[in-house]
Amino acid sequence: MTSQTMSAEPLLRVAGLSKSYGARIGCDDVSFDLWPGEVLAVVGESGSGKTTLLNCVSTRLLPTSGTVSYRMRDDSWRELYRMGEAERRFLMRTDWGFVHQNPADGLRMTVSAGANVGERLMAVGDRHYGNIRATAVDWLGRVEIAEDRVDDQPRAFSGGMRQRLQIARNLVTHPRLIFMDEPTGGLDVSVQARLLDLVRGLVSELGLAAIVVTHDLAVARLLSHRMMVMKDGHVVEHGLTDRVLDDPQAPYTQLLVSSILQV
Amino acid sequence: MATPLVVSELCKSFTMHLRDGIRLPVVDNARFALQAGECAVLGGPSGAGKSSILKMLYGNYAVDSGQIIIDHHGTLTDMAAASPREVLAIRRDTLGYVSQFLRVVPRVSALDIVAEPLLARGRDRTEALARSRDLLSRLNLPERLWDLPPATFSGGEQQRVNIARGFITRHPILLLDEPTASLDATNRAVVIDMIAEKKAAGVALLGIFHDQDVREAVADQIIDVTDFAPAKAA
Repeated sequence: MTSQTMSAEPLLRVAGLSKSYGARIGCDDVSFDLWPGEVLAVVGESGSGKTTLLNCVSTRLLPTSGTVSYRMRDDSWRELYRMGEAERRFLMRTDWGFVHQNPADGLRMTVSAGANVGERLMAVGDRHYGNIRATAVDWLGRVEIAEDRVDDQPRAFSGGMRQRLQIARNLVTHPRLIFMDEPTGGLDVSVQARLLDLVRGLVSELGLAAIVVTHDLAVARLLSHRMMVMKDGHVVEHGLTDRVLDDPQAPYTQLLVSSILQV
Repeated sequence: MATPLVVSELCKSFTMHLRDGIRLPVVDNARFALQAGECAVLGGPSGAGKSSILKMLYGNYAVDSGQIIIDHHGTLTDMAAASPREVLAIRRDTLGYVSQFLRVVPRVSALDIVAEPLLARGRDRTEALARSRDLLSRLNLPERLWDLPPATFSGGEQQRVNIARGFITRHPILLLDEPTASLDATNRAVVIDMIAEKKAAGVALLGIFHDQDVREAVADQIIDVTDFAPAKAA
């Protein structure tokens, strides 16, 4: 963690966020602040509402009630659901990143790896081909993709490489906030470790704030500072990651922690 | 200067929701203070609550009631009531911890694991790695291991990585959870020297030591944890 962690004001404020699908609860009355440089893990089983929450916070899904406020680069606070659609899209493309569980959802599979990364740079106004390519190659290197693969399409990449490419595509514009939905979900264990180590290094090096949805408590332990446990759309426990895992208080968290298989 | 750490009326119990909500009290009314430049040792038999106290002080265990007042940058802060962000800030700058076991991060070398707390405090990478090398060599960790992740190291080797990581910073308070448990006599002696140097530098230490020789060599104060034993249910 860098000194940015101690900045006085949060980057994101979520207050009373709820989403219902008719009579069914997606997530109910969720509130939290997220500071620069802080990684928040949202854990829970399938159907607990963690992805609904992530989508509502990242403006991909309209909440039923509640507010999400974001501190812009000029330090002004904006309520996301009161922004215009175009402005919100611009924010998502430049200041935010979204890493999907399935890399195919976050990549363009039929253009080259280099273009996948370069495209985000062009979206923020970069026009110089040489610079774009150089930056793309640099970022592919940082996510451990060799330079000679830069002209290949992600279709020709393994799952782990695709996921690393997706991360490069998201980080190239130097976002301040990144959302990750089960970033290691579909990967082999050996590939997971490599990816986690990479994400961990990048997050602390760049001082990124991140919200990571995962059902894997080991991922939460390794990546996050703070943890939120969800069940049936409700937050049942929220606190320092070490504390939640070493001394779980809620019955459901105790069940989750005690269900981890030891190897 | 304020006392670095004061514990008062500290109580802890575990509620086992998966076992019909049984309540297990482990610590009752713990109270003690640490002095700068001294090493206090938690004494008492296994199961008396020594580790639980250490984990509460570091924020890994929640506290039922009581205060853990820490002098953090000159401000008295209650660790028992601190927000996650405050706990992380206190851990980074004020309160260090050498755990019994190393939590291994895949693919990160021993050298980097040891240097990490300095990097987190914004120190220069070259300097941090140099200090890391000094400590690992002082603790007699063979140089050929330095660039490897410690996952495959022996228990004693992992523990020395852990000790180096805990001692590399100048935290004013240092908690030690059986740091010498799996070390040979030579390395135990090194750790005793390192603790003496911390004391000389004005650090307040609190440890659990099962080896009699280490305890006698380092302890300025023994805190008998059985004084904080919960009354047995009738």
